[in-house]
Amino acid sequence: MMLKRRKIAPWLFLAPGMAMFLLYVIIPIGQSIGLSFYDWDGLGEKTWIGWHNYIELFGDDAFYVSLKNNVAFLTLYMLAVPGGLAIALFLNQNVFGIRLVKSLFFFPFVMSQVVVGLMFSWFYAPNFGLFARFIGWLTGTQVAVLADSRFAIYGIIAAGLWPQIAYCMILYLTGLSNISPDQVEAARLDGCKGPQMLWHIILPQLGPATFIAVVVTVIGALRSFDLVSIMTNGGPYGSSRVLSYYMFEQALSEYGYRMGYGAAIAVILFAIMMVFISIFLIRMIGRERSV
Amino acid sequence: MFPKPIEKAAPATQWAYRIALPISLLLWLIPMIGIAITSIRPAADLAAGNYFGWPSRFAFRENYTAIFENSPIAYYIFNSFKVTLPTVLGAVALSCLTGFALGVYRFRGNLLIFFMFVAGNFVPFQILMVPVRDLTIRTGLYDTTLGLVLFHIAFQTGFCTLFMRNFIRALPYELIESARIDGISEWRIFWNIVLPLMRPAIAALAVLVFTFVWNDYFWATVLTQSKDTQPVTAGLYSLNGQWVSAWNLVSAGSIVAALPPVAMFFLMQRHFIAGLTLGATKG
Amino acid sequence: MKISTWNLALAGALVASLASKAMAGDLVINTDASDPAPKKAWELIVAGFEKENPDIKVKLNTFDHEGFKTSIRNFLSADAPDIVTWYAGNRMAPFVKAKLFADVTDVWTDNKLDDAMKSTAASMEMNGKKWGVPYTYYQWGVYYRKDIFQANGIAVPTKWDEFVAACAKLKAAGIIPIAIGTQAPWPAAGWFDYLDLRVNGYEFHRDLTAGKIPYTDDRVKAVFAKWADLVKPGYFVENSAALKWQDALPLLTQGKAAMFLLGNFIVAPAKEAGLTDANFGFFPFPEITPGVARAEDAPTDTVHMPAKAKHKAEAKKFLAYIARADVQAAANEALGQLPTNNQSAKPNDPFLQAGFDMLSSASALAQFYDRDAPADMAKAGMEGFQQFLAKPDNVDQILGELEKARKRIYK
Repeated sequence: MMLKRRKIAPWLFLAPGMAMFLLYVIIPIGQSIGLSFYDWDGLGEKTWIGWHNYIELFGDDAFYVSLKNNVAFLTLYMLAVPGGLAIALFLNQNVFGIRLVKSLFFFPFVMSQVVVGLMFSWFYAPNFGLFARFIGWLTGTQVAVLADSRFAIYGIIAAGLWPQIAYCMILYLTGLSNISPDQVEAARLDGCKGPQMLWHIILPQLGPATFIAVVVTVIGALRSFDLVSIMTNGGPYGSSRVLSYYMFEQALSEYGYRMGYGAAIAVILFAIMMVFISIFLIRMIGRERSV
Repeated sequence: MFPKPIEKAAPATQWAYRIALPISLLLWLIPMIGIAITSIRPAADLAAGNYFGWPSRFAFRENYTAIFENSPIAYYIFNSFKVTLPTVLGAVALSCLTGFALGVYRFRGNLLIFFMFVAGNFVPFQILMVPVRDLTIRTGLYDTTLGLVLFHIAFQTGFCTLFMRNFIRALPYELIESARIDGISEWRIFWNIVLPLMRPAIAALAVLVFTFVWNDYFWATVLTQSKDTQPVTAGLYSLNGQWVSAWNLVSAGSIVAALPPVAMFFLMQRHFIAGLTLGATKG
Repeated sequence: MKISTWNLALAGALVASLASKAMAGDLVINTDASDPAPKKAWELIVAGFEKENPDIKVKLNTFDHEGFKTSIRNFLSADAPDIVTWYAGNRMAPFVKAKLFADVTDVWTDNKLDDAMKSTAASMEMNGKKWGVPYTYYQWGVYYRKDIFQANGIAVPTKWDEFVAACAKLKAAGIIPIAIGTQAPWPAAGWFDYLDLRVNGYEFHRDLTAGKIPYTDDRVKAVFAKWADLVKPGYFVENSAALKWQDALPLLTQGKAAMFLLGNFIVAPAKEAGLTDANFGFFPFPEITPGVARAEDAPTDTVHMPAKAKHKAEAKKFLAYIARADVQAAANEALGQLPTNNQSAKPNDPFLQAGFDMLSSASALAQFYDRDAPADMAKAGMEGFQQFLAKPDNVDQILGELEKARKRIYK
């Protein structure tokens, strides 16, 4: 009897969450994948064109530029994870006012990304921007980061890292609060200190936090839409485009009425994300199983 | 506690830390300070090119009252609360259930369902826009707060399930085993034993979901359109004109709009810090 | 975790308030006029309409300008208002083609609007029918620092050679001749439009934006050659791709630059920065090819009735109302723009007067590149123009790419 109840139990627990998720997320994903096989301006009739959108996509220069930029985003965004850990460790003390300090460190994450992007684009602006002036003072020539097709994307990534590090910080603060004090004490008694303690005792316990931090950082890197939109509009001449922005441009922007094409881009973006999730999940499950 | 509690270190280190803290905070918040100063500049400053200098005059009261006059921002903030709070309740509640199911039980399809929740969460919003919009219209929920809430609850459940399931996996399984031996029902195990242990995760998740949904701009523009339902994100940019952007007002508005999530974080911190009963295998 | 009864009650109240929908009025208007001045103008328009029609209650929804561009696609099919603001020319084409805008030719014939709005009538027409009513437009031209010109002994140029000479003189004096911000690339399209209109004329420009002429045509190359006369000697501000036009404006207000080709919306922020009618002026874009009829860019803002509107009779009344000369005069005074009804009273502001004279004597009016050309061509074109400003030597490659885009888009 108990065994039977135990067998149904998980399904009962899962039911409400799964129902909502299927309805609002999974089924729409399927519908959108279907959409990528049509030519549709988002308003009128749909026309079936099969793989044509994808064929066009693979011959599209803008697509490859976006892909390259997404890779840059993904790799450099990973800096947010150790960055967040470092700040979390720095703040994990009990001095007076630390609660306020933690909240303030968290502030970048709650600021609207549009305003963050705006601020950074003013920092980089030629003539009056603080960063441009600083580089001019250091090297003699000002570099207009966002006007230079080589550097624009890195300027955007830097702007995005600021709130992303704050995000990882909060995840690690949670993780740190759940570290088992007994293990730490025991290690301390054994004479373990500093970097050794960090590597052998603390980091393993922070496994779940690290996993989530990496996941959200990957999601953040692939979603960086607001920043690109406010800082460069994908320019100069499309050099800082990313896939999520390209999709928006094609499907929803004032110059884009190609929903089918945009859906194809979104499907590719989704496929890339799937690769990453699969890698992480396999590693995570593997580690759990070996414990 | 790691790193070594500062109270136990040498006084010199303690002082060094106390000084380093505000300095690091200041450096970290430089862009934030930039935004704050922009928010008290008159528009003339920006047109005259005074972006980083001392404001020509302090337009604090002028700007901060203008945002309440030029757009019904207090109303929008109220709408944001109407959307965000139920979403937090709903998403956290649902994911406690789903996280428990996936974390505690072994059954066929566990991994697949977990994968589905995680994968669905990675989806770019744009891909969902048309189907979700059509669904919301068909159920008569277009331009209603409820329509927006239901979508957010559904979408956030993906991420929250991932978070909760991992958290629960890290809890000692012996607790549940000993409860089962005692003959306690599955629901009671969930409600009385596991749920209390999930407090720090619930607190962290509440803050994260609150922030995500509070800052959501895309779905606010897709699923709502009138003053009665638009949250602050969509409303905020109505301060920008068609040609001339009033960045000083938008900065002021975004600072006001950012206060609730920060306040949330400040209030929830208590629950992070609690060491709680991890490590206790006795019931 | 304990949930107190108070919390439960609060949750219950929240849920109850969530399901309430927005109330429907007798006439629902959706606009993106979120700026203080247009917002006031619309409130004036609505107040006047309600006064004349006491039985109609108006509900005015104001969206933020960017979000509106996405929202409009949703609400036109989902929960259409009765009146919506939008733009003329190719911008309204997707909605006309998808049958989301209603045919309002009857409003035009009933109110003799083809005469009153002669200059803008063509841009509202598709397939021989009218799809909306224009209510305002504004001029584009060169805004300049009178005092800098005077200090350097430069007279207002009316011909191309004079213009290039003026630029050379300014540069020699250490002043940036032309300010521009192309992070959002449309200001560069303004330059292309005017150069094309002046070098090749309105008919050519219209055919080019309609996709009938290849971008590799010699006449298009001639336009870029003239443009290069300004770009190669460095008369445009450097690194304009990092600047939004608003961030380039300080160059003009601080006296570091002397000229800016833009729409009349530049006047308000320039005046806020301290410029006055004494040191800030306007002149029409100079003539290039002698004998070419003078056409101007005059982007038009319009109102439309969605095909799914619920209160069509009231909406048509509103369209007739907003087309009236007196209504347009009052609204445009608040807007700081020009009425499209040529029977409206002339505006008082010197900039607007100059614009009014210039536009009413123009031989034809273009809508601006991103409204004359279809959406994806506009995007490709503007990116090309942005690139040309930074790398003028790439002109052949840029034109080749534009031609590739044209072949794909205008099937």
